Amino acid sequence: MAILETKELVYRYSPGTPFEKTAVDRVSIQVEKGEFLGVIGHTGSGKSTLIQMLNGLLRPTSGQVLLDGKDIWAEPKKIRQVRFKVGMVFQYPEYQLFEETVLKDIMFGPKNKGLSDQEAEERAREAAHFTGLKAELLEKSPFELSGGEKRRAAIAGVIAMDPDVLILDEPTAGLDPRGRDVLLAQITQYHKTRGNTVLLVSHSMEDIGRTADRILVMNRSHAAMLGATKEVFARGTELEAMGLRVPQITKILQELKKMGLPVDESTLTVDDALHQLIPILKRKEELR
Amino acid sequence: MISDITLGQYFPQKSLMHRADPRMKICLVIYAIVLLFVAGNFASLALAVAYIGLGMALSRIPLKLYLKSLKPILFLVAFTSVLNIFYGTGEPLWQWGILRVTANGLITCVFVAVRIVALILASSVLTFTTSPTQLTDAIERLLKPLSKLGVPIHEFAMMMTIALRFVPTLLEETDKIMAAQKARGADMESGSLAQRIRALVPVLIPLFVSAFRRAFDLATAMESRCYHGGEGRTKMKSLSFGRSDWMVAAASLAALAAFVALNLLLPAVGRP
Repeated sequence: MAILETKELVYRYSPGTPFEKTAVDRVSIQVEKGEFLGVIGHTGSGKSTLIQMLNGLLRPTSGQVLLDGKDIWAEPKKIRQVRFKVGMVFQYPEYQLFEETVLKDIMFGPKNKGLSDQEAEERAREAAHFTGLKAELLEKSPFELSGGEKRRAAIAGVIAMDPDVLILDEPTAGLDPRGRDVLLAQITQYHKTRGNTVLLVSHSMEDIGRTADRILVMNRSHAAMLGATKEVFARGTELEAMGLRVPQITKILQELKKMGLPVDESTLTVDDALHQLIPILKRKEELR
Repeated sequence: MISDITLGQYFPQKSLMHRADPRMKICLVIYAIVLLFVAGNFASLALAVAYIGLGMALSRIPLKLYLKSLKPILFLVAFTSVLNIFYGTGEPLWQWGILRVTANGLITCVFVAVRIVALILASSVLTFTTSPTQLTDAIERLLKPLSKLGVPIHEFAMMMTIALRFVPTLLEETDKIMAAQKARGADMESGSLAQRIRALVPVLIPLFVSAFRRAFDLATAMESRCYHGGEGRTKMKSLSFGRSDWMVAAASLAALAAFVALNLLLPAVGRP
């Protein structure tokens, strides 16, 4: 069942002026309940505008966003309720921290939702645990944390609202390789434990390949592709024409396949590739 | 959106006013304002207004934008001119308790309204047609004599350039932070005044933090490019006074002669 659905969604910036620009053009997609959807597209393809419409931060110029089958703008005064259900983590979310302590900052969302202090604190501690934030950091000022810790605190602030759909806009941008891996593993873990829907926007095809069930490809304001990760990455030439590419390991195996080796060309992770390549290498040695 | 502010914004365009030397434009705005306040009768006031109107026409910027720039001060205009109706001298036309309306008061009211509106329009011509960089360059040049008295003019101009440069950046940042806090359920559109002010805290604190961060970054960037203040510094685009500038200056002087004649020959009206 689709939890989020868009129908002919259009967004225009500065309509009626010389600066008019259509950022999202007739996008109709369905996000299934419980899936992990990767969103890719080159800079300026309309990804950010699209996801901001999904939680009602931007009001579509035309078209509809359906959450659980209901138009989110049916009652504009209740749009805040939509934002609690569709949680959104922006790029560089650490710049939104403002409270005296990390704990209080994570509690901001749950308290806006109307939870009691006690409930909000429970949620906040749980969310902090999910993002791997150490308990002793919670009483510190958010401005004393390191960059990576701030990022985790900010993500926890959205997770603490317990949204049905979690949208992350490049959550790993600017982190070191180890930080990226750990954060991504935690997001996947969160997705598995809670069983809710996650949308991950990223420029890293490797990250998307490792995590996503399906991929949405945005190109020039349109939804160019929407399908299973393996199917989308099988269309490497088309992706390259859109300024994107497939994960490096997928590319390598696709080339090996062309050379006649018996490998799966839709392999997405290095581990998977190793499982296929080691037996082939062993056989080659035996032949010698 | 917050970025829809017209007052004090620059609109790039190709026109005589855009090409004119910014130093001269600043002087002419001051000149126009002086005319407005010295004008003692309707004829001379009309001449001053026509002078500003000519500047607006030459700027080739739609009238709509000028009217938009008046919006924020409409209340001020209405308030001061209504107040002036009751402060006239002479025979009352209408009286109710201490409220007295005189012909003199009515004329003063019109004068005050026209003056304020024309003043805003004149300064809009300047800011609409002059980029912030040109503007600060010109101010730096015009205030240069003060540096002999030890006033740090270059530093002052640099501060102004930087401040103006970061207005759009900070507006954009505010939009972003507001979106992020709204996504966490912050309510900024409803509630009492006190609640709304409190709702600004989650926006203002991150904004201040980021402004400081930007300031430090900028200072480092300037230092690593060996910025050391104004001494011996040359400009990439130096200001030059062209032929059309001389023509505009001459025309303005002619207008001044006509203005003085009108102001002296015709009797003064309104409150002395």
